[in-house]
Amino acid sequence: MSDSHYTPTSKFGKWFNDRLPLLTLANHLTDYPTPKNLNYWWTFGGILTFCLITQIVTGLVLAMHYVADTKLAFASVEHIMRDVNYGWLIRYVHANGASMFFLAVYIHIFRSLFYGSYKSPREIIWILGIIIYLLMMAAAFMGYVLPWGQMSYWGATVITNLFSAIPLVGEGITTWLWGGFSVDNPTLTRFYALHYLIPFLILGLVVLHIWALHVPGNNNPVGIEIKKPSNDTVPFHPYIVIKDAFALLLFLLVFAFFVFYTPNILGHADNYIEANPLVTPAHIVPEWYLLPFYAILRSVPDKLMGVIAMFSAILILAALPWLDTSKVRSAVFRPLYKQFYWILVIDVLVLGYVGAMPAEGLYLLVARVATAYYFIHFLIVLPFLGFTEKTNPIPLSISEPVLAGSAIATRSSKEDKIENNLKSLG
Amino acid sequence: MSDKKPKNRRDFIFTATAAAGAVGVGAAVWPLVDQMNPDASVKALASTEVDISSVKPGQSITVVWRGKPVFIKRRTQEEIDKARSVSLDELKHPEKDEDRVKNPEWLVMLGICTHLGCVPLSDKGEFDGWFCPCHGSHYDTSGRIRKGPAPVNMEIPKYVFLNDNTIKIG
Repeated sequence: MSDSHYTPTSKFGKWFNDRLPLLTLANHLTDYPTPKNLNYWWTFGGILTFCLITQIVTGLVLAMHYVADTKLAFASVEHIMRDVNYGWLIRYVHANGASMFFLAVYIHIFRSLFYGSYKSPREIIWILGIIIYLLMMAAAFMGYVLPWGQMSYWGATVITNLFSAIPLVGEGITTWLWGGFSVDNPTLTRFYALHYLIPFLILGLVVLHIWALHVPGNNNPVGIEIKKPSNDTVPFHPYIVIKDAFALLLFLLVFAFFVFYTPNILGHADNYIEANPLVTPAHIVPEWYLLPFYAILRSVPDKLMGVIAMFSAILILAALPWLDTSKVRSAVFRPLYKQFYWILVIDVLVLGYVGAMPAEGLYLLVARVATAYYFIHFLIVLPFLGFTEKTNPIPLSISEPVLAGSAIATRSSKEDKIENNLKSLG
Repeated sequence: MSDKKPKNRRDFIFTATAAAGAVGVGAAVWPLVDQMNPDASVKALASTEVDISSVKPGQSITVVWRGKPVFIKRRTQEEIDKARSVSLDELKHPEKDEDRVKNPEWLVMLGICTHLGCVPLSDKGEFDGWFCPCHGSHYDTSGRIRKGPAPVNMEIPKYVFLNDNTIKIG
C-alpha cells in the first residue's frame, strides 16, 4: 500500500515508528480510502465492533460476581440483580447486548448478500465472518446456560444431545462434553471457561477480518471495483468515522430501549425458575436468533438428518462465493436476484417464526416448505441465476451515475459529446 | 517423494523426527482431552437403591440415578396387555415387552427421550405411555418409540430386584 512510506513528523515519533510501526498502522487506518457512496447498511461493521467490546467489558465485570457452581449459579445471578451496585444494569446490558449483537450481525450478513460483498476477491473476509458467526452462536449458547435456569439447563441438554446423533461415537462425545452422564456441574464449569475464552477468539478473528478487508478495500452499493485512492473514495477519517458514529448512536437508542424499558422481552420467563433435571418445561425454545436453525432441525423427522440439515444450513454460507455464479456483485443491477433475495429474507423470517411455535400441524408443514426453499435458494437458484439472468448495465465508476443520472444516460451523453466534437472539427 | 530426488538419510531423519514429534504432541494433548471425561467422583455414584413398597398399580415414581431421571412404573394388567399385544412390525425399534422388563408389573427405564434428552410426560400421548413435549415423540406403555423424531426406545438401565420391595439401579 502507498501509505507504507509514511514518516512521522516528530523526532520521537520517528524513533518509535522505526522500532514498532504503530504510527504507520494508525496512518493507514486514518487515510484508508473508502468508497464515497457507502450507505448506512455499511455502518454495521463499526456497530458490531462496539457490541463485541461491550460484551467483553460487561462480561468481565459479571465474572467478578458470578459463581459457576450448580448449587450457587442461580443465586449468584439473583445476587448480581439485587445486591451488586448497578448489577441489574450490567447484566441487562450483557443479556440484551447478545441480542443486539445478533441483530447487527444479521443486518451485516444480509447487506453482504444484497450487495454481493462475499464475491471475489473478498471470499476470505466472508469465510472469516462465517467463523465469527459460528463462534458467536457458541458463545451465546454457553452464556445462556450460565444462569442455570430451566431454559439454561434444558437448552444445554437439547443442544449437547445433538452430538449423540453422530453414529458410533455420538454417545461418547456427548458424555465427554458433559463430563458426566447428564448436564451437571462439570458441564457448567467448562461452559463458563469456554464462554470466557470465545470472545477473545472472536476478537482475534475480527482483526483478521478487518485485515483481509483492507487488502481489496470495501465493496460498495454499486458493487464495482474502483481505483483507490481516486475521486471515487474518501478518507476513512473523518468521513466514515462520523457516519459510523452517528449510526452507532441510533443503534444505541434501540439498545437502550430494550435495556431500560423491556429488559426481559427477549428472554424466557422459564429461565427465572432454577434448573430442575426432573422436569422439562412444556415448550423449549432457544433464543430468537437461533430460531431459524431450530426450525430446520425440527422440520426433519429423522434425528441424524435433522442435525445434518441444521449444521448444513449454516455451513452452506461458507460455500456461497462459489455457489453464486453471477459476475455482477450488487443486486441493484440484478433484477431477478433482487427478487429472490427478498424471498430468502422472508423465508428466514418465516423459519424464525415457526421455530418459536410448536412443531405440529400447519407449523410443521410451513417449516418443511421453508427449509426446502432455504436449500433450494443456495443450491439451485443461485448457481442457475448466474448463467441465465440478464443484468442491467453497470456504471464505469461511482461518480458516473451520480453526475449524469444513470449509467446509460452517461454513455449516451458521452457519445453525444464525441459526436459534437467530431462535427465541430468538421 | 518425487522421482527426481533419491531418498537419502536426511529424509529418514525428517520422517523419524516428525513421527516422534507427532507421538509426543499426542501424548501431551491426551490428558487435556481426557480431563473432560467423567471424573472419579462422578463415576463413584454409579448405583442407587430404591424402595418401591409404596407404589400402587398404575402409579409411577421418578428417582435420580447418575443425575438422570429413572421412571419406575407399576403397570396395570391392562397396560401390560396393551404393550404385549402390539406386533413387532408396527415398531420403529422392534423390541418385545418381555425383553424390556424383569417383572411384567414393573417397568424400570431411563426417563429420557432418545431424541434430544428431554424428560417425557407420563400417561400422555397417542399410545397412553409417555409423550415428550420438546419435539413431539410418543412412547407406548413399554416405553417404546411409536411416533415422532426419537430414533430408539427409552433405555433400560441395569437393575436388580434385591427383594420384593427394593430395586438397585446400576
